[in-house]
Amino acid sequence: MEKNKAKIRAFLAQHFQNHHLQDDEDIFANGFVNSLFAMRLVLFVESEFAIKIENEDLKIENFRTINALAHLVRRKTASLA
Amino acid sequence: MKIGLTARQKEDQAAFRAFVNEEIVPHADRYDREECIPSELIAKLAQRGYLGAMLPEEYGGRGMDMITYGLLNEELGRGCSSVRGLVTVQSMIAQTILKWGSKHQKELWLNRMSSGDVIAAFALTEPDVGSDAKNIKTTVTLADDSYVLSGRKKWITFGQIADLFLVFGQCDGKPCAFLIEKDAPGLSMEPVYGMLGVRASMLAELHLNDCQIPRENLVGGVGFGFVPVALLALDLGRYSVAWGCVGIAQACLEACVQYAGEREQFGVYLKEHQLIQQMITDMIVNVKAARLLCCQAGYLKELGDPNSVLETLVAKYFSSTMATRAANDAVQIHGALGCSSAHAVQRYLRDAKIMEIIEGTTQIHQIKIAEYGYQGCIS
Repeated sequence: MEKNKAKIRAFLAQHFQNHHLQDDEDIFANGFVNSLFAMRLVLFVESEFAIKIENEDLKIENFRTINALAHLVRRKTASLA
Repeated sequence: MKIGLTARQKEDQAAFRAFVNEEIVPHADRYDREECIPSELIAKLAQRGYLGAMLPEEYGGRGMDMITYGLLNEELGRGCSSVRGLVTVQSMIAQTILKWGSKHQKELWLNRMSSGDVIAAFALTEPDVGSDAKNIKTTVTLADDSYVLSGRKKWITFGQIADLFLVFGQCDGKPCAFLIEKDAPGLSMEPVYGMLGVRASMLAELHLNDCQIPRENLVGGVGFGFVPVALLALDLGRYSVAWGCVGIAQACLEACVQYAGEREQFGVYLKEHQLIQQMITDMIVNVKAARLLCCQAGYLKELGDPNSVLETLVAKYFSSTMATRAANDAVQIHGALGCSSAHAVQRYLRDAKIMEIIEGTTQIHQIKIAEYGYQGCIS
C-alpha cells in the first residue's frame, strides 16, 4: 500500500510542483486539477498498476486523495487475483 | 532504438494507399463540390473494416493498433479529409462505447457500427459554445426513468446521416453524455451547407426539444464520470486529425513535386527555381517531422502512457499548422491553376484550415501545451 502511495504521490507531484500533498488532501478542492489532468490520472492508474478502470469506478471519491487512489488500486488489484 | 513500421503495418499501409488511390482520390473533388459522400463509398469503407478500425474482432472490428489506425487516417486524409472525418468520428464513438459504455450499449451498437449499419456522430459543440466546452447549455433533467434533453448542437460532422449521436449536456450543472438515436422523440436535424472546407462532411444542426431518452443511455457518469468519456473521444479525435493533416501535407507535396517537374517558366522547370525548392524542402521536412510526432503519440497511446495526452496535443498542433502552411505553399506553386477548381490543391488549403479549428483550436492547443510545459513535461 505504501509503495503504491509513493508512486501516486510522485505522479501527482508533477502537477502540484510547489505544494506538498497530504495523503488525505482533496486534489480537486483547490481547483488545480483540470479535465486533461483528470484523464492523465486515469491513464496513470491503469498503466502504472496494470488495472482497468471501468465505468463503475468513475466516481470522484475514488480519485479525490492519495489514500482514495491507493484504496482503488488495492481493490482493483485484489479483484484480479 | 528502432523507428520503423512492422511488416504487417507496412502491408496495411500499402492496402490503405491502394484503396484511397482507387476509390477516393478520383472522386474527392466531386464530393467536395456536391457536399456529400455517397453511400456506396461508406459501404466500401465498412466492407474493408475501416468503420470498426480499432474495435476488437468480437465486435466485428479490425482490431488495429494505434499506429495502423494512424496510417489509415493519413492515407484517408491524403485522399479526402471529409472521408477521413467519417472514419474518425465513427472511431471516436466506437472506442468511447468500448471503454466506457455499459455491456448493453456495447452489445447494441458496436457490431452495427463496424458493419456500417449504424453511423455515429459526436455532438458537443453548440451555437454559442465551441472551445469553452465546459459551459455547454444543453440541459438534462431526470424525469422518472428517463432523461430529458433540451438545447441545440451545431457543426455536427455527419449529423445529416448519423443514426446515433453521442450528445453532451448539463444535469444540475454537472456535465454528462448520452447515446441518442436519430428517431428519439424531440430530436430533429437541419443540414448545414456552404462551409469553407471538409465540405463533404455533411454537417448538421441538432435540435433537442424535450428529447426523452431512457436512463440506460447515459455513458459513463455524471460530473467527474463524464470527463474520461469526453476526453477519450476528443483525444482520439485529435490523434486522428493529426494523422489526417500529415496526409493533407503529403498530398500537397506529391502534387507540387509532380507539377514542378512538368511546368516550365523562364526556360526551365519550376523545380530548378531555388525559391520553389525552398517550399518543397519545407514540405518534405515538416511532413516527416509531423509523421514522427504522430508515431510518438501513437506509440505512447498503445502503451496507455499518461503522457500520450500531451504528445497528442503536440502532434495535432504541429501537424495542423504545418498542413495549412504546406497547402498554402502548394497553391502558391501551382499559381492560377492552384486557385481553380480544376486542381485539388485549393481543396487541400480549405480543408487544412478546418483542421486548425476542429478538436481544439490552434490557440487552445497553445494554451494546453504551455500548461504542460509549466508542469515540467518538457523533455
